Amino acid sequence: MSIVLQAKGISKNFHDPITIQVLKDVSFEINRGEFVSVIGKSGCGKSTLLYILSTMDTDYEGDLFIDGVAMRNKKEGELALVRNEKIGFVFQFHYLLNEFSVLRNVMLPGLKLGKHTEQEVEHRAMEKLRVLGIDNEAHKMANQLSGGQKQRVAIARALINDPLIIMGDEPTGNLDKKNSQIVFDIFNELAHEFKQTLLIVTHDNEFAQSTDRIIEMEDGRIISM
Amino acid sequence: MNTKLIFTIAKSLLVARWRQTLVAAIGVTFSIAMFITLLGFMTGLNDLLDGLILNRTPHIKLYNELKANPNQPIDISDKFKNHYNFIHSVKPSGTRAEIYNYGAIIDALKNDKRVFGVAPKLVAQVFYNVGAIDVTGVINGIDVEAENKLFYFQDYVTAGKFIDLKNTPNSIILGKGLADKMLANIGDVVQVTTPKGDRIQLKVVGYFQSGLQDFDKTQSYSSLTTAQKLLGKPSNYVTDIQIKLTDMTLAPLVGQEYAKVFNLDAEDIQTANSQFETGSAVRSIISYAVGITLLVVAGFGIYNILNMMIYEKMDSIAILKATGFSGKDVNIIFISIALTIGFFGGLAGLISGFSLSVVIDNVPFNTAALPTIKTYPINYNPKFYVIGIIFSLITTYFAGLFPARKASKIDPVVIIRGKIK
Repeated sequence: MSIVLQAKGISKNFHDPITIQVLKDVSFEINRGEFVSVIGKSGCGKSTLLYILSTMDTDYEGDLFIDGVAMRNKKEGELALVRNEKIGFVFQFHYLLNEFSVLRNVMLPGLKLGKHTEQEVEHRAMEKLRVLGIDNEAHKMANQLSGGQKQRVAIARALINDPLIIMGDEPTGNLDKKNSQIVFDIFNELAHEFKQTLLIVTHDNEFAQSTDRIIEMEDGRIISM
Repeated sequence: MNTKLIFTIAKSLLVARWRQTLVAAIGVTFSIAMFITLLGFMTGLNDLLDGLILNRTPHIKLYNELKANPNQPIDISDKFKNHYNFIHSVKPSGTRAEIYNYGAIIDALKNDKRVFGVAPKLVAQVFYNVGAIDVTGVINGIDVEAENKLFYFQDYVTAGKFIDLKNTPNSIILGKGLADKMLANIGDVVQVTTPKGDRIQLKVVGYFQSGLQDFDKTQSYSSLTTAQKLLGKPSNYVTDIQIKLTDMTLAPLVGQEYAKVFNLDAEDIQTANSQFETGSAVRSIISYAVGITLLVVAGFGIYNILNMMIYEKMDSIAILKATGFSGKDVNIIFISIALTIGFFGGLAGLISGFSLSVVIDNVPFNTAALPTIKTYPINYNPKFYVIGIIFSLITTYFAGLFPARKASKIDPVVIIRGKIK
C-alpha cells in the first residue's frame, strides 16, 4: 500500500508569550485509502499538527512528505500548488465565499488548477454536488444555504480536484446531531466507496470510533495509533 | 485561464462591495475632473493672454534700424588698416526707413516653405488734430487682407467693418481710446498732420480695441495706399515686413538668416516678448501641481477603502489561500481591484472634466479689454486627458500596492484558527 502522507519527527514551538512546545517529535504515516481520525483533548496540538500537514503552517521542525515529495524548502507559491492539487480541506466553519454561487465556490479550486476547461470543471462540480445531494442548490448564493448544506458544499469543494487526501478540522464541530450524521455518512461513503484518503481531526469520540484508524494525542505527543 | 479566474474574483469582490467601490471611484472621478477642468481653464486663459500679444506680433519683423553705418571710411583706408581707429560722435546718416526692393523680398519670402504668411506695413508718425490741439500718434498702413489673415485684425475691430479700410479710399480705423479722445464717430472725417506739415482728411470707418489701453490711445490703421499717399511716397514704400512662420520656435534662427540675406534688421518674437513664455510656464506648473495633489488625495482614499476591504475579506482571502491560491494571486486580485477603480473612476473623471469645461466655456465673460472674448476660455488639449487617465492609473496602482501586499501576506492559519477560539 502506498504512503500518501508521512510525518517525520515534527516539532513545533509557540513563542508568544512564552515558549511552549506544542508538538513533540510527532511521526506517523497515512496510507492510500485510509480513513484516519485524530483525537485528543483541547490544546493537545491536534489542530496545530493538521495545519502543518496541510502545508499552510511552515514554521516547524522535522520533515513532511506528501506523495513522497518533501515539503520543506518549498516556496510559498509551490506549496499553494500542492494544496490546490493534492489536498482538500474541510474546516469547522464552512468558509464559502459569499460573493459567489454555490457552484462557483465548488469550481474555484478547479479553475485555479486549470487542468480542465471551464465547462468540464462545471460538469465535475455538478457531479460532486449530486453525490453530496445538494445539486438543487447549485445556483443559489453561498449565504442562502443552511449550515449543514454549506458544510456539504465545502466538502464538494474539497473534492473538486480529486485530491490525494482530504483533511478536516472538526468538520462536524459546528453542526447539530442530524447534520453531523450526514457529514459523517458522506465521509464514510467517500472512504469506502471512492477509496478516498481522509484525515479528520475531531473531539467527537463516537465519530472517531467508526473510522479505520484512530491517532490519539496528548500534550503534543501521539500516545496511540 | 488563471488570469481570467483572478479577474472574475476581483470583479466579484468589487461588485459585492459596490458602495465602497463607488465612493473610491468618485474620489478618483472628482480629482481627475478637477485636474482636467483646471488645466483646461488655466491653459485657455494662458492662450488668451499670450494671444493678446503673440497673435498680433509677427514672428519676424524685417526693417531698417536707424543706426550709424558700421563701415566708416577710415576702416576702408589702406593707410590705417593696421591701426586702432577711434571715431567719436558718429551719427546715422542716409539710412532709408523704407525697405529697398521690397517686392522682390516678399516674393522670395512667399516661396520659402517655412513661411506661413507675409504682411507689409508702413508706420507713419502723425498728429491727430482735435480742434486746436494736436495729439501725437501713429498710423499703421497695412495690407488689410494679409493683416487679417496673419494677425486676426477683424477680431479687434469692434465697430465698423475692417474691410471698409480697403474699399473706402482715404479711410481710417481709430483706436477706441483715440476715438473717444477725438469725439469721432464712425462716418466722421478726422484731420491729421504729417511731420512734413501736410494736412489730410480721413474718414473713420471703424474702431479697434486691442486690449492694451495705451496702444489704443495712439494707434490707428489705414490701408497701405492711404498711408503712402499720406506721406507722399510711391507705392513701393514700405517700412516693415512682418512674417509669420509655420513653426514659431524657428524665428530666431530664420530671422538671422533673413537679416543676412536681405541686408536688413530682423527682430524675432522670442527676443521681443520673452516674458510671456515665462508666465505661461509658471501658470502651467501651478495647475499641474494642484491637479496632482488632488489625485494623491484620491489615492489615499483608495488606499483606505482597499485596506477596509481586506479586513472585511480576511476570511475569503484565507480560504482562497487554503484552497491553493498563492500570495501572488491574492496580490494580483487586489491590484486589479485598485486599477479597475482607477480606470473607471478616471474615465468618468475625463467625461465630467470635459462636461465641466464645456459649462465654463459657455459662461459669459465680458471685459472691455478683450473685445473678442464673450465666454471664459477653455483649452481642450487631448494631452491633458491622456495625462489624466495615466495619472489616475498610476496613483491607484500605488494606492493598491500596499494593501495588496498586506493581503498577500495574510496567514490563513491565523485567520482560520482565530475563528475557532
